[in-house]
Amino acid sequence: MKKFTVLDLLDLDLKEHNALNLKCIGGRSGLTREITVPDLNRPGLALVGFFENFGPNRIQLFGRGEYAYLLKLEREDNQENLEELFNREISCCIFTHTLAPPDAFLEISERARVATLQTDLGTSEFAERIIRALSNVFAPQEVMHGVLVEVFGIGVLIVGDSGVGKSEAALELIERGHRLVADDAVEIRCVSGNILIGAGAHKTLGHHMEIRGLGIINITHIFGVGAIRDNKQVQLVVELELWDQNKVYDRIGAEDRTKEILGVHVPYLQIPVKPGRNVPIIIETAAMNERLKKMGYYSAREFNQSVLKWLESENARNLYFEKRRELLEREQQKGGSAGSSNASIIEAD
Amino acid sequence: MLQKELTIRNRAGIHARPAALIVQTATKFACKINFQKDNETVNAKSIMGIITLGAGHNTKLTVTADGEDEQEAVDALERLFESRFEEE
Repeated sequence: MKKFTVLDLLDLDLKEHNALNLKCIGGRSGLTREITVPDLNRPGLALVGFFENFGPNRIQLFGRGEYAYLLKLEREDNQENLEELFNREISCCIFTHTLAPPDAFLEISERARVATLQTDLGTSEFAERIIRALSNVFAPQEVMHGVLVEVFGIGVLIVGDSGVGKSEAALELIERGHRLVADDAVEIRCVSGNILIGAGAHKTLGHHMEIRGLGIINITHIFGVGAIRDNKQVQLVVELELWDQNKVYDRIGAEDRTKEILGVHVPYLQIPVKPGRNVPIIIETAAMNERLKKMGYYSAREFNQSVLKWLESENARNLYFEKRRELLEREQQKGGSAGSSNASIIEAD
Repeated sequence: MLQKELTIRNRAGIHARPAALIVQTATKFACKINFQKDNETVNAKSIMGIITLGAGHNTKLTVTADGEDEQEAVDALERLFESRFEEE
């Protein structure tokens, strides 16, 4: 993973309820410091001079309480603990509620090369947001070669060798009203241990695709903003591969196959491709089938259940016929001595 | 498997045209070819992948080829990089 610096924190493009609203108010030379742990510290104890178990490299979050104490220290002209705090390895200081720290604080932060940032959010709200943002940044991640599309609300990652037709299949899906998340390089993050979120590896490059014979096209401009999405959970992996005559493909689909990505098992399908096979329709159907499965309905299993039920009822029916045949045979044997009139009556039934 | 470090010599770096040349060269070979920059790996047969590496002048890329014709593939790519993608 690339280094994540304070500057990257300022550059995070988060919107609405995720926005951090940060700006730098001092210690600019500290902007290149790396943030190595996704943790926060409220430096109250440090300000009163208690440094036992002080976690290094943390972001120091100053709320109203810490701010008031800073003012008190300023009035008493006692900056010892503050100096000590900045001597420890800290990644940056953040003030909430648009609080502006005293000049002495900014001087020390400048000297220690630690950036001081400010936000207009409340402390708890900001703490919640930054923890969320950092856990995304520090989530395990992997860049995969493939196309991520949202089909009927299901995030489908199409993978396969180059030239097998991933982009073409995705293009037709987009044309049918589904959405492109990322083409070619899909960055996948594992959030909260079991959810995979996929997005384009390079947001600045936007939603472009390369189609053989057409070249590079801009999906947003051609199909409109309705045809794109910034990120989407990966819920199904579809691997396209050239039809191999000697390979056995799944013909029933009753068992769930999965593919492991970053330790998470995602439903997985292998779809053989050959000319004349309409891959986008197959992917659409796979997505809808996946939705059904999420609702607890497994087409293949239900089908098999009804086949089993049918066979069972056939067996039960056959039982009657068998009994009847036995009866007939017995009657016939008897009929050898007592005449065949009885047997013929049963047969007429 | 074969690995080699290649340096981008042309001033403009890998923009659309050099990327197309790289892909054209790579697709001639059956082996799997990847480019690596820092800790990002992309498929050499995908033009968008190569462009999104954002490889500028003097960037070092590691090319990895795996397959029967790996030697020929790496040689061909090396020649292409040395020719500065027929620019300048």
